[in-house]
Amino acid sequence: MALLAACSSSDPEGPGTSADATSGGSGDAPVTLTWWHNGVAGDTGENSLGDYWDKVAADYTAEHPNVTIEIEQIQNEDLQRTRIPTALQSGDAPDLFQQWGGGEMAAQAEAGYLMDLSETLSADIERLGGGVAPWQVDGTTYGLPFQFAVEGIWYRPSLFEEAGITAEPTTMAELADAVQKLKDADIVPIAVGASDGWPAAHWWYNFALRSCSQDVVANAGTSLDFTDPCWLDAGTQLEDFIGTEPFQPQFTSTVAQTGATSSAGMVANGKAAMELMGQWNYFVYEGFTDGSEEAIAALHEDLDWFPMPATEGGSGDPSAAMGGGDGFSCYVDAPVECADFLAYIVSDDVQRGYAEAVGGLPVAPAAADAITDPVLQKIAQTTSSAAYVQLWMDTLLGPNVGGAMNDGIVNIFNGTGDAQGVVDAMIAAAATA
Amino acid sequence: MTALEASGRSASPAVDSSSAAGSRPVTPASEHTRRATVRKWAEIALFVGPAMVLFLTFVVYPVVSAARFSLYKWNGVSQFSDAEFIGLENYARALFGGTDPVTQQAFTTAYSQPFWEALSHNVAIIFLSMAVQLPIALIVALTLNRRFRGRAFTRVVIFAPYVLSEVIAGTMWLIIFDPNGIATELMRSVGLDMPAGGWFEDQTWGFWTVFFIITWKYVGLAIILFLAGLSGVSEDLQEAAAIDGASWWQIQWRINIPLIGPTIRIWAFLSIIGSIQLFDMVWVLNRGGTAGQYSTIASYMMEIGFFRADWGYGSAIAVIMFFLSFVIALAYMATILRRDNAHPRKAR
Repeated sequence: MALLAACSSSDPEGPGTSADATSGGSGDAPVTLTWWHNGVAGDTGENSLGDYWDKVAADYTAEHPNVTIEIEQIQNEDLQRTRIPTALQSGDAPDLFQQWGGGEMAAQAEAGYLMDLSETLSADIERLGGGVAPWQVDGTTYGLPFQFAVEGIWYRPSLFEEAGITAEPTTMAELADAVQKLKDADIVPIAVGASDGWPAAHWWYNFALRSCSQDVVANAGTSLDFTDPCWLDAGTQLEDFIGTEPFQPQFTSTVAQTGATSSAGMVANGKAAMELMGQWNYFVYEGFTDGSEEAIAALHEDLDWFPMPATEGGSGDPSAAMGGGDGFSCYVDAPVECADFLAYIVSDDVQRGYAEAVGGLPVAPAAADAITDPVLQKIAQTTSSAAYVQLWMDTLLGPNVGGAMNDGIVNIFNGTGDAQGVVDAMIAAAATA
Repeated sequence: MTALEASGRSASPAVDSSSAAGSRPVTPASEHTRRATVRKWAEIALFVGPAMVLFLTFVVYPVVSAARFSLYKWNGVSQFSDAEFIGLENYARALFGGTDPVTQQAFTTAYSQPFWEALSHNVAIIFLSMAVQLPIALIVALTLNRRFRGRAFTRVVIFAPYVLSEVIAGTMWLIIFDPNGIATELMRSVGLDMPAGGWFEDQTWGFWTVFFIITWKYVGLAIILFLAGLSGVSEDLQEAAAIDGASWWQIQWRINIPLIGPTIRIWAFLSIIGSIQLFDMVWVLNRGGTAGQYSTIASYMMEIGFFRADWGYGSAIAVIMFFLSFVIALAYMATILRRDNAHPRKAR
């Protein structure tokens, strides 16, 4: 009925969705959309995300024969750090491209590279709800996420059992207790891929999240003001935590995801009990099995997840969580079909398919029922019940200040810097912006 | 390295052609000589033109662009036309923390110190290469400079690391020097251990681990160059010296080494320029180290320019690197290589 009404409506400003408005706008003239995303094949040659996007594009073009979609799959860091910035500079940017939100997106929006989607996709923005916030600048929407989730601690229940830990830690004191029990049982308590920088930095983010109030963090994203003592406090808490020696030896030589000696490899192979990571690590761990269904099932049997434990004191909400996601933006000069296709990508059905085919955590609330895995359900549940979800701090602050922050945090792990050093590095980087 | 090589190669024919034209005697223009002149210039254009176009497009234009970017505060995302012109402030930030007294202290710690640390690593690698690679390469080359079974095979083995791609070699050493890797096992089997912070990330030993890998990677080139030089030394001289009663060492010291002097000087030149521009290996290992334990100017430039999106500052670092390579290359050519270039036949 609704569809019929929309079609027969003669009022172009009517309540019909943006999809109707845009496809009517340019008629059936042939249109080519270029699409850059980060769904590339992994070590095993499998590429469930890239394959799913291929299918989504094919389904869309079948419905819209005048649209041709040219896809380029590009490795994440190449895409984010070199390909997209240079493409935007050159004025010959892809129509639809990966967007991580936060400070970097704000800079792109300020430079006038991004299509304002607030009006055209208002219905979709409302449907997706609060998860869109990191893709908005001052209330204007410049991109839409297809995935969003909080991070937490992955652990091996069998190792917890071996060490005599009976319950998932919910406070830092309980986590410290669990760490001690694991050490007593000669098990590496926590693996961290500090060689890559960001996995180490995420520990600091979580301390800052609980130490700083929501406003302080949110304002820092635009004001780049780090004078609040909570930023220093985050580093002090991290120093204390590292002082309890919870991590594997030589953690600054450990990468996050590649090889059996990586932090993920250690957890997957039962060499370490815990790791602080995003939901994607579920699939990284699977990559360390032989790929057979039995092996993956066996891993799932002995792999679980709990939210980052609450810290004591601090101005932040104890149930606040760090999180992040992936989305897409349209280039400012892209054809209107770009917005329409983006609306299709985040439509409830395609989001459901995304959860089923890729195992991702969709943003559309209606697609939540497509998550069947109990651990992923737990993560989705934590994401929606958190007091607030703070976007990854390095994404929030953008590459310049965020990069300086990460480097400063790694220096704490290295023993070459301290809590004050992180704040100083952030202030110095902010002064160059 | 490519920029300089390209500049060296393309510049010399250009210089030759202009000097040749300049020294051409002025004679009354006859039809014959005019046609010859046109032809000569056509030939010059034909042979130098393509190289010149490539040189201008891929060397001169990027260098000029980087020099331009380096004068602006620019994050690489915003339109360059909106970037703020700040003169030489990016250079000042790298060299001594900038001229603004408010931020100078913070910038010295955050920007100037890492820059000088990276540069000091480059300088250390230059001198260590001379002190370590040169003697090793000479001894090996002199030892191998004779006929024996498996000579070709030995040469291939020695040259193999140099031929191996930097990425593959770097990944291999990452596996060997993993905290749980074979190098650690070896050390433990003799009762020692890896450096406290890990092979690459230890504050003191990280640089030496990387220097070891660089030596392994590049000493083969020196050996092959020296062997090629030695093969050009006439055997008559060595036989004559042997008849006169010279020992093996005397023959090497008095005859072979002096006669491959030009080769050694060229190798040193390549080594110095390569050390200044060292990038691939340190980047593959882990972007110069988590705390810049083995950073170089090139890895620092990449880190700040691309990964921190500080393009103006990164461009300033690039220009400093270019300037250093350029000045050192010119100085080396004007002093040390001069004797080889001025009288090529005599030096031989």
